[in-house]
Amino acid sequence: MVKEYMFPMGGIHLKKYKITTDCPIIDAKIPDIVTIPVKQHIGSPAKTLVSKGDKVKVGTLLADADGIVSSDVHSSVSGEVIKIEDLPSSSGYEEKMISIKTEGDEWEASIDKSDKIIQEINLSPEEIIAKIREGGIVGMGGAGYPTPIKTAVPEGKKVELLIVNGIECEPFLTADDRLMVEHAEEIIMGARVINRALGIQNAIIAIDENKPKAIEALTTLSKRYVGVNVKVCRTKYPQGGEKQLIRAITGRELPSGKLPVDIGCIVQNVGTVFAVYEMVLKNKPLFERIVTVSGDGCRHPGNYRVRIGTPISSLIEETGGLSDDVNKIIIGGPMMGNAIVNTSAPVTKLTSGILLLKDDSFSKKEASACIRCGKCALVCPAGLRPYAIKQAVTFNDTTECLRKLHAGDCIECGCCSYICPARIPILDYCKIAKQEIRKK
Amino acid sequence: MLKISTNPHMQTNRDIRALMLDVVIALMPAAIAAILFFGIDALRVILTSVAACVMFEYLCCRYWFKSENSTKDFSAVITGLLLAYNLPSTMPCWMILIGAFMAIVVAKMCFGGLGRNIFNPALVGRVFLFISFPVQMTVWPVPHFLQMISPDGATGATPLKILKSIDASSSASTQMYSIDDLPSYLNMFLGNIGGCIGEVSTIALLLGFAWLLYRKVITWHIPVYYLLTVFVFTSALYFITGNMKFLPFAHLLSGGLMLGAIFMATDYTTSPMTLKGQIIFAIGCGILTVIIRSFSAYPEGVSFAILIMNAFVPLIDKYATQRCYGEKR
Amino acid sequence: MNDLILLNMLILGGTAFVAALILYLVSKKFAVKTDEMVISIAAALPQVNCGACGKAGCADFATACARADEPSFANLYCPVGGAAVMQKIASIRGFAATDRAQSVAVLRCQGSCQNAPAKIAYEAISSCRIANRISSGQSGCPDGCLHIGDCVKVCKFGALSLDKTSNMPVVDSKKCTSCGACVKICPRGLFEIRKQSPAGGMVYVACRNKQKGAIARKNCSKACIACLKCTKICDQIKVENNLSYIPPEVDAGVFGEELAKSCPTSAIIYKERVHG
Repeated sequence: MVKEYMFPMGGIHLKKYKITTDCPIIDAKIPDIVTIPVKQHIGSPAKTLVSKGDKVKVGTLLADADGIVSSDVHSSVSGEVIKIEDLPSSSGYEEKMISIKTEGDEWEASIDKSDKIIQEINLSPEEIIAKIREGGIVGMGGAGYPTPIKTAVPEGKKVELLIVNGIECEPFLTADDRLMVEHAEEIIMGARVINRALGIQNAIIAIDENKPKAIEALTTLSKRYVGVNVKVCRTKYPQGGEKQLIRAITGRELPSGKLPVDIGCIVQNVGTVFAVYEMVLKNKPLFERIVTVSGDGCRHPGNYRVRIGTPISSLIEETGGLSDDVNKIIIGGPMMGNAIVNTSAPVTKLTSGILLLKDDSFSKKEASACIRCGKCALVCPAGLRPYAIKQAVTFNDTTECLRKLHAGDCIECGCCSYICPARIPILDYCKIAKQEIRKK
Repeated sequence: MLKISTNPHMQTNRDIRALMLDVVIALMPAAIAAILFFGIDALRVILTSVAACVMFEYLCCRYWFKSENSTKDFSAVITGLLLAYNLPSTMPCWMILIGAFMAIVVAKMCFGGLGRNIFNPALVGRVFLFISFPVQMTVWPVPHFLQMISPDGATGATPLKILKSIDASSSASTQMYSIDDLPSYLNMFLGNIGGCIGEVSTIALLLGFAWLLYRKVITWHIPVYYLLTVFVFTSALYFITGNMKFLPFAHLLSGGLMLGAIFMATDYTTSPMTLKGQIIFAIGCGILTVIIRSFSAYPEGVSFAILIMNAFVPLIDKYATQRCYGEKR
Repeated sequence: MNDLILLNMLILGGTAFVAALILYLVSKKFAVKTDEMVISIAAALPQVNCGACGKAGCADFATACARADEPSFANLYCPVGGAAVMQKIASIRGFAATDRAQSVAVLRCQGSCQNAPAKIAYEAISSCRIANRISSGQSGCPDGCLHIGDCVKVCKFGALSLDKTSNMPVVDSKKCTSCGACVKICPRGLFEIRKQSPAGGMVYVACRNKQKGAIARKNCSKACIACLKCTKICDQIKVENNLSYIPPEVDAGVFGEELAKSCPTSAIIYKERVHG
């Protein structure tokens, strides 16, 4: 019996809806026009390097990182830059985007397009980090924190362990699952690349127990590589949260306001690790990613390899079109994803899934009064008391009160809103509380 | 038109109504036991009480709050059932109506309805009746099974009354029972004893408890800590004083303790919200129950104990917080 | 029998006396010294503790008033009580009250259901602050009113209400005390506390949309399209980021009518009299 890992505090068990687990990754059609936002990460937007009328190839650098907390942006198609202006993003707010008209599919010569898996790493840690920066790689789990900063260990800190996050605890999403099944060896090599950059020998790939194929593929392969181990975690939402995963694997908890580095851990999403492999060993910058298109309103759900900048509408068209009874379109998973307003917005580095939902069970119900059941406190994986935060926000309590309730430590997983029998959107109040704390 | 809403876009289907319905289901074994032991009279008490509670809540919503009808969430049904379970089968209907009025209108709706009341409505109703009509509230008809054995006995004493009166220090004139009058543990477990209609059958209540746990309506903490506290406290008193009135198992199996611990103390609204708070609450209930049972004029103390602890809930909620992720253990 | 009564009286009376003594001593020992003037100033204040004056509450403001000297007193102002209350406090202190123009909260948006039709539907969103985070809003205007009414909830004076047909908050200028709570709560900064002009009128641009004219018009029929017509009437008016702003110094009595007429999208609102 293999030991199973799970975080002990809070959490919920969700219906999986993983209907696309067995759908192989398909290359999505390259659209006629792509719009690539210059800000697809946390931090400052990248500085545009191209101008209208420029010819670009697949992998050409479009915008350069502005400052340390920023990231490069590359072209995902070959063609001509037709405009650089503010366009509405998926939320409806305008963002600076570079539109490129597609002409053929010509890649930059430096990119290694072969399927051969490269086994040797001859680069020094500094070179690896520089390459990761050049590749415009960001945390692809959803946060979008630039990866080079995470891989460069600050002075005086010591990292002992790299955790590769293959949990994917959100319902519907299977992009990471398929990536692990189809590109297991690349992920292991990617982990070794990051290990080399960190100067350590120890990597753990954490996989949810509901992904038997990925577990099998990675376990058999990992036996050939020293220092890379697979650990199977028991299914519980939000196991994929950074803090929860660290607790499950190492048994240690991250004190409030500290980074994983402070307790000697680095957590990287499998998508990120794969991107690191492709950039460092095959010179292929991050210009495409795996997106799960799914949901009960989707005619042909599946996992697609999508060029960044592809309009969401064209991806929906490819999977059978948008039927009238679809209520909501969501980017990401149903627990932490956002409902979108604008389908002409592009797929970005952070789009892990596009869900078309029509069932009534995915629509929000009107809230009634709190019955004080305390279930929100029971399921909170951060150990907060969401009901108290809600109360503090409704009564416009001071920031000091919110801080005392540790509202800033909320990971916005949505367990409290999910479990509330009175249908109170508790997470909304927690978000307001976080906003108020940040304001001060 | 597309809709937008905040995440999460999934919500559990276990809303208030579903949870309350599970409590109603969990209360059903006790209702069957009550009808089995006390006959058609028990059914009359249950139906009157439930109907009265639902009616009062409906009237409050309709004519006072002018709000949506809140009886649909089944919380009034639970209050009605719990109130009925706390009454003897001989209770006249008009008294039940008064109890239901106190429970729903005074204890619940006056505070603003479900989720805002401080005291458990059913217990307020029961305690009001208990103080106003002490005679009717303490006439215990002998269960049918018992009647078959001793048909001449029209009324019988509850095990708690027997325990109370065997206290050697109490005045000799009221000493009517001896320890031999105490029903066997098996009868107590099955419910073949005198008492309120819903509280007699321990096994039926435990079945309900199992259902509540299985459906994750409540956690095990309050009932287990409550019962454990009573058991430990009475055992300690029993071994220190040697007095038979502290017989631990008799205390555990008799009176309203099981009903109170499983269904009344675990009421969402009137119990603390964190596990730590719930444990403090349960231990407080246990200690108060034993004190009232053993040292006061009343043979039974569960309802008073829970009501007193209800008053402490806001205080407990304020101080009994839980450990946050990353905080020191 | 009599002895018993006497004994009872003695015991109870004695207990009462001792208790009274303790109470007296304790109240003496822990007495909080309060200034007579603070009490009388506090009595003149509205006592709603809204914090509009910048102090923690009415008691705090009263203390500040009582301690202030003449020049610093001129900077203290209770917007809720207005001139009448300040006059009273000034007479308590023996100072002359400074004159201030009356002000009122104005909503700088006209994106009602009719002017800016909804393109998407909200589903159980409880707060503007949340709606602002997740999307640009029902009409698509990234700077417009979100129609949920956090401002209505936060107003302590009942001066704001959500109009049923337009779904916009409406300011009741009679009840508005310009405390500024709505300014603070609105995630899009649509409220402004504006002083009225000498004649009691007011003129302002009721739009905050910074998009280009054509896009702004697509979202809302009463959007400012930065046509610059208003700047030709009064040179104090500035257009920045595709948006015109009329500074409060612009006299509504002089320019108001002309400005409102000149605006092609009626984004400029002119009120001849704000109060009464």
